[in-house]
Amino acid sequence: MVKVMVYPPTSMILADLVERTGHEALVVSKEVRKKVNTPGLDSPPLNMTPDDPKKGLKYAAVDVPSGVRGRMALLGPMIEEADAAIVIRGDDCTLGCTGCARTNELTRFLLKTKRIPLIELDYPEDEFSAKQFVHKIREFLEGLN
Amino acid sequence: MKSTKYVVTSQDSDVLPSDIALKIYELGREINVKETCFGVIIDGEEEDVEATAKEIRAMDPSNIFIKDRGFPPGDPRRCRGHRGGGARPGFYMMQHESEILPLISRGLAAEARGEEVPSSIGAKKRPSLEELEVMINEEFS
Repeated sequence: MVKVMVYPPTSMILADLVERTGHEALVVSKEVRKKVNTPGLDSPPLNMTPDDPKKGLKYAAVDVPSGVRGRMALLGPMIEEADAAIVIRGDDCTLGCTGCARTNELTRFLLKTKRIPLIELDYPEDEFSAKQFVHKIREFLEGLN
Repeated sequence: MKSTKYVVTSQDSDVLPSDIALKIYELGREINVKETCFGVIIDGEEEDVEATAKEIRAMDPSNIFIKDRGFPPGDPRRCRGHRGGGARPGFYMMQHESEILPLISRGLAAEARGEEVPSSIGAKKRPSLEELEVMINEEFS
C-alpha cells in the first residue's frame, strides 16, 4: 500500500479512485480530523496550536502571508508523507472563499520537486475524456505496486 | 479512533440515500447515519466505518463515491443549524465534483467491463444525407 497525495487535497473523486485500488489517499480531511480530536481547539482548521506556524515556516518564509504558512502547516506534512501524487491541472475549484492560490502553487511545486511518481491530469469534460481519466489513474496506481 | 465518511451517489445511480441508510441498519454495526440530499454521512469507530464503506460501495461500485470527512455529523462548528445557515465550508468543492460524477461513473463502468480506451479521439465525421435519413427514420418511425 502506497500513500498517494491527491491535489486538490479535498477531492472526493481522486480520494475515492485511490482507495478503490487499495492505496491510502492523503487528504486534508484526515489532517483536520486529527485537529478535531485535539482538545482545546475551538474551530480547527481556522484555529491553530503554537506549533503549527513553526511547521509552516519550514515551507514558506516569514515574509510570506500568514495564510500560506497556516495552510502549509496542514499540507506540508502530507507532502512529506506522500510516496506518489495525483495532481489536477487548472485549479478553479480550489480558489473559493477559503482557497489560496499561492498555497496551491507552492503545494504543486513541492510535489513536483519531491521527485515522486506523479501524474497530472485535467478534470474530464466529456465521456471520452472521463474514460481516459479513469484509465490513466488506474494504470498509474496499479503501477505503484 | 472515530472516523467519519461521506457517501455520495452519482446522479446516474438507482441507489437512494435511504437505501444506503437501510443497508447500514441491516449490518447492525455501531454506526451513526445521517441522510443528506447527496448521499449519507456515516460516523463510528474506524474499523466499523471502513468495513461498512466496503459493503456500501458493493451496492453500486461505479456510482457510489466515498470520501473522508474531518468533522463528525452535526458538529456545531460546521452544522448550518448552529451557524445561521449558508453553505458549509467544503460544499463548493463537492458541488463542483458532483457535476462530473456521472462521467466518472461511466469511466469506472467502462473499466469494469474491460473496454479498450483509445489514446485519442478520432476525427468526428459528419453523417451523410443517407445516414441522416436512416437516423431520422429510426428515431421517428
